[in-house]
Amino acid sequence: MWAFIHKLGSPKWFYAISAKLQPWFWGSAILLLLIGSVWGLGFAPSDYQQGNSFRIIYVHVPAAILAQSCFISMAVAGVIFLVWKIKIADMAATVIAPFGAAMTFVALFSGSVWGMPTWGTWWVWDARLTSMLIQLFLYLGVIALRGAFSSRDSGARAASVLALVGVVNIPIIKYSVNWWNTLHQPATFTLTERPAMPMEMWLPLLIMVLGFYCFFIALTLTRTRNEILRRESAKRWVRALVADTDRRG
Amino acid sequence: MQVIEPKASLGVAVRATIKRDITLVLRRRSEVINPLVFFALVITLFPLGISPDPAMLAAIAPGLLWVAALLATQLSLDTLFRSDYDDGSLEQLLLSPQPLPALVLSKTLVHWLLTGLPLALMAPLLGLMLALPGQSYAVLAFSLALGSASLSLIGAICAALTVGLSRGGVLLSLLVLPLYIPVLIFGAGAVQVVILGGNAAPYLAILGAQLCLALMLAPWAIAAALRISING
Amino acid sequence: MMAFDSFSALLAMGGHGAYVWSAWGLAALLLIGSAFHARAERHHLMQDLKRRQRRERHADRGEAHES
Repeated sequence: MWAFIHKLGSPKWFYAISAKLQPWFWGSAILLLLIGSVWGLGFAPSDYQQGNSFRIIYVHVPAAILAQSCFISMAVAGVIFLVWKIKIADMAATVIAPFGAAMTFVALFSGSVWGMPTWGTWWVWDARLTSMLIQLFLYLGVIALRGAFSSRDSGARAASVLALVGVVNIPIIKYSVNWWNTLHQPATFTLTERPAMPMEMWLPLLIMVLGFYCFFIALTLTRTRNEILRRESAKRWVRALVADTDRRG
Repeated sequence: MQVIEPKASLGVAVRATIKRDITLVLRRRSEVINPLVFFALVITLFPLGISPDPAMLAAIAPGLLWVAALLATQLSLDTLFRSDYDDGSLEQLLLSPQPLPALVLSKTLVHWLLTGLPLALMAPLLGLMLALPGQSYAVLAFSLALGSASLSLIGAICAALTVGLSRGGVLLSLLVLPLYIPVLIFGAGAVQVVILGGNAAPYLAILGAQLCLALMLAPWAIAAALRISING
Repeated sequence: MMAFDSFSALLAMGGHGAYVWSAWGLAALLLIGSAFHARAERHHLMQDLKRRQRRERHADRGEAHES
């Protein structure tokens, strides 16, 4: 088990294994997202209360779920990097952060756009949207902190500590924003919590969530490979690899 | 040959750190006074910017006082480790045989004693100027005293992360303010609930719980962050 | 079964077209954009590394001629 983890932690091994894995993830991401989009946009029945504006759920919910998963995986990668000094973990954390921020932005934007037809305003200080906004600031903080250090290693370790502090705080922030929301707004109409979602609405959502996850994994693999090329460019195996592709054209 | 060091217990080290820090801060008196002046100034801006109507001011006073106190605390964070970093005494702290979390905890305690506590004591005075309803003054001071301790601890993590950077100021506020939101919500909520005639005890209890959690986790995070900033 | 009778009905989304399509559009833009960014990043990195190695090979050969 440990040997396997350390092998995976070596950039060369990761580069080789991810080369085999990434086409599968890209393929399933494209397939799932296409099926989910066509189904969600064209075939799922419209909601009896919200009409067709509910179709925003198929991008809003997957993006929101992914925004949280990205933060958690960034913090986990940070712990792995801090404790075991595995460089791959930090490369992954580096590439996850901007994607997570982008997903948070998608969730915020789609939530706000959804608010217009349902609530009649672009922005409501709804508990979910508010904690999503705070999460966006946390992402921006991690990215900015990493960039502020001139030494890559210090920046990586500082960003890992901050990601860890953030991941401890996210549940507290969620809880307090919920409390605050119930104090200030009596019983609002929530966006996504519905008593029962019929199967034909729920299945495309599941497909979209899976598709977003596959996309996340595929993108992280590909960009981590890029990070490896960037950071390990002086290593012999990378030079051999580059020379090899150069010869083949 | 074994080097024999004088046997200094943890208690002595903590007491020495506290005494040294208090002396140093009191020598540069502006570090204590500036946050208080900033707090008063921000509170002065709001009636000028919104309206001097007492009814309106009373309605927003709890939030205003809390946000202003929070910003004042945040502005004072930059000096928490800065001078020690510049003159090298932070490195001495890292090299000392005593556990670093205990030492940074005592440094944070000094920060709270000389920033958070004065802000909490001054807040009722400013509340008076904002026509804050009578029954809420004690809760305002108490919630600020309790909450600003958490603010000092959380802020110290971010201050430790940015102390090695030459232009850490704006970055520091970007890191700190999102983490301050839970404290703000319950601190301002405590004052508001008293004004509405409710019981502030649950809010204060949650502020206390947040402080306990911060006391448990923050010293280790501060210590780790300082190690990164010094060795990087 | 299609939920819409025609393509224009799909575009209109029962009057909510602007909302639905802008949310989907942004999501699609960011996903596709990040995928292409990753591809372009790899391409640029490879080009850069290749150029650097060629330059180093030339430099080595140059030194060999001189000696």
